Amino acid sequence: MSMKQPQFFGLHAVPQSPLKWWMMALPFILLIGIYLIGSEIRLAENPNDKLMPPVSKMIDSIDRLAFTENKRTGEYVMLSDTTSSLSRIGIGITLSAFVGFLVGVRVGLFPGTETLFLKILTFLSIVPPLAILPILIIIFGVGEAGKITLIFLGTVFLITRDMHLSTKAIPREQIIKALTLGASQWEVMYRIVMPRIFPRLIDSVRLSLGAAWLFLIASESLAASSGLGYRIFLMTRYMDMSVIIPYVFWITFIGFVVDWLLRWTIRSQFSWYHASK
Amino acid sequence: MVANELRNSNLLHLEDVYQAYGDHVVLDDIDLSVAHGELVTVVGPSGAGKSTLLRLILGQELPSSGEILVSGEPVGFADPSRGIVYQKYSLFPNMSVLDNVTLGKRLELSFFQWQKRKIAIIDEAMHYLEKVGLNSHSKKYPHELSGGMRQRVAVVQALIKRPKILMMDEPFGALDPGTREDLQIFLLELWEETDMTIFFVTHDLEEAAYLGSRLIVLSQHYSDDRGDGPGVQRGAKIVADHILSRSNLSTDVKYTKGFGKLIARIRREGFDPQHRQHIREFDLKHPHSFRTNTVEEVRCK
Ligand SMILES: Nc1ncnc2c1ncn2[C@@H]1O[C@H](COP(=O)(O)OP(=O)(O)OP(=O)(O)O)[C@@H](O)[C@H]1O
Ligand SMILES: [Mg+2]
Repeated sequence: MSMKQPQFFGLHAVPQSPLKWWMMALPFILLIGIYLIGSEIRLAENPNDKLMPPVSKMIDSIDRLAFTENKRTGEYVMLSDTTSSLSRIGIGITLSAFVGFLVGVRVGLFPGTETLFLKILTFLSIVPPLAILPILIIIFGVGEAGKITLIFLGTVFLITRDMHLSTKAIPREQIIKALTLGASQWEVMYRIVMPRIFPRLIDSVRLSLGAAWLFLIASESLAASSGLGYRIFLMTRYMDMSVIIPYVFWITFIGFVVDWLLRWTIRSQFSWYHASK
Repeated sequence: MVANELRNSNLLHLEDVYQAYGDHVVLDDIDLSVAHGELVTVVGPSGAGKSTLLRLILGQELPSSGEILVSGEPVGFADPSRGIVYQKYSLFPNMSVLDNVTLGKRLELSFFQWQKRKIAIIDEAMHYLEKVGLNSHSKKYPHELSGGMRQRVAVVQALIKRPKILMMDEPFGALDPGTREDLQIFLLELWEETDMTIFFVTHDLEEAAYLGSRLIVLSQHYSDDRGDGPGVQRGAKIVADHILSRSNLSTDVKYTKGFGKLIARIRREGFDPQHRQHIREFDLKHPHSFRTNTVEEVRCK
């Protein structure tokens, strides 16, 4: 009697295509199906129901916001919301990646610097960034600086600590080896350690992006005149779910694509990274 | 010869070296002088402090007390005068084989100098890689190589810097017996060609006896006159120092009677906790061997 490899049940299952693809799609299909049915039922009871608008209404909203020029400002609302949100999150996370990389590696590599800064960094990293949002608004006003600062403060400590730990995880032997090959202390930092943990920085940014979105939307909800988070909270006032739902999808989609791009960068540019762990 | 002559004439010189971690004395008054061109192998029980001794010479850590000289100069922290090949972690995982090998050269040149001399250096590196049979693997990353290949690259990587002394800590320890023997022969060939000085730590007695021109046994199993009073902490000492001679590179020597006898003897001298030689009886007849016993260690003659 020959054993058959199970496709779904048990520890030894190896899902095969095409079943595999159906299995992956199933939860999505179910979710959409439940929404459509729920929406149908509610609309049958009350044709003006706002909570679960029909797909046609969402398409109308998308058409209005994404593909129709705003008569007053001459802009496409969704495009300008997207660019202002992305530039905030982009600048914020780039800054914290840059600072986190330099500080984290430095602190991880030089015990003197570590003694000087590690405790204060740990302490600061516990401050809840949202708690100081009001302070940032007082200092920076409602402009871009406050939002970028919030994203920066909300992510920089995590990245710094991650870089610190990754630097410390490099075997001591490698540092000594570099010194015997003629590296100066700074060359150890810039030419040995930094190139080696750079892919880890990308990973770290990936993990911080969730938090970055949180802080972006929080700050846009309080004080902004454009942005994805701003639009969502604006529409909450009119209970306009036909805008909110597509916006949430759009944000999710952007997040997914960015994550995929970062992962792709690691896989294609740093093939040694996952293999040599 | 006396210590003062050796310290100036020999390449490597250690005198009264102690290393302790907290209360735990690991190295207990090490005296060792090594001439240029020697292939010193160091054996000893696990935990005796072989790696510790190597780290001290390398400058990976500083001794609790004592002097370590290379070419008559006190050594500082790790620098290109001493090369190293570890059992693991010698290669940088983010660099190709070629980049690993040329790293020592790239680090000594500015960007513009490197651009100018690039071709010559890569040629040299490829020449070495060809000698170790790895020229077709130059673009691979270390994780794509077998353990034996990796160690070959690591040796070349260290050699291209031409260190005064090459330190090796169980470099072949993780290899299967066949590959291990290949690498032993490879190392001996290199050593004979280059008149390098090598300091080779291993826990394999056969390897030590086959490779070495001089074999040192480091062990904590010995006795002296310090007694067992409070505060007496003993650590490992060099308990034997053998000159080895070699006629050819053939590994057949491993199966001769003399070879077996030597190994049995080393096992007794260093590895048998029951067999404790007194500090006065250590076999230190090597011409470069010297000991500076303290008064407490040897009370009466
Ligand atoms: N940094 C350190 N801190 C505390 N103790 C240490 C340290 N390094 C080494 N030791 C101790 O020193 C002793 C000697 O260690 P070492 O690694 O030098 O032994 P070894 O002879 O190389 O052993 P092996 O054959 O197992 O490699 C051990 O008891 C170890 O626990
Ligand atoms: Mg060891």
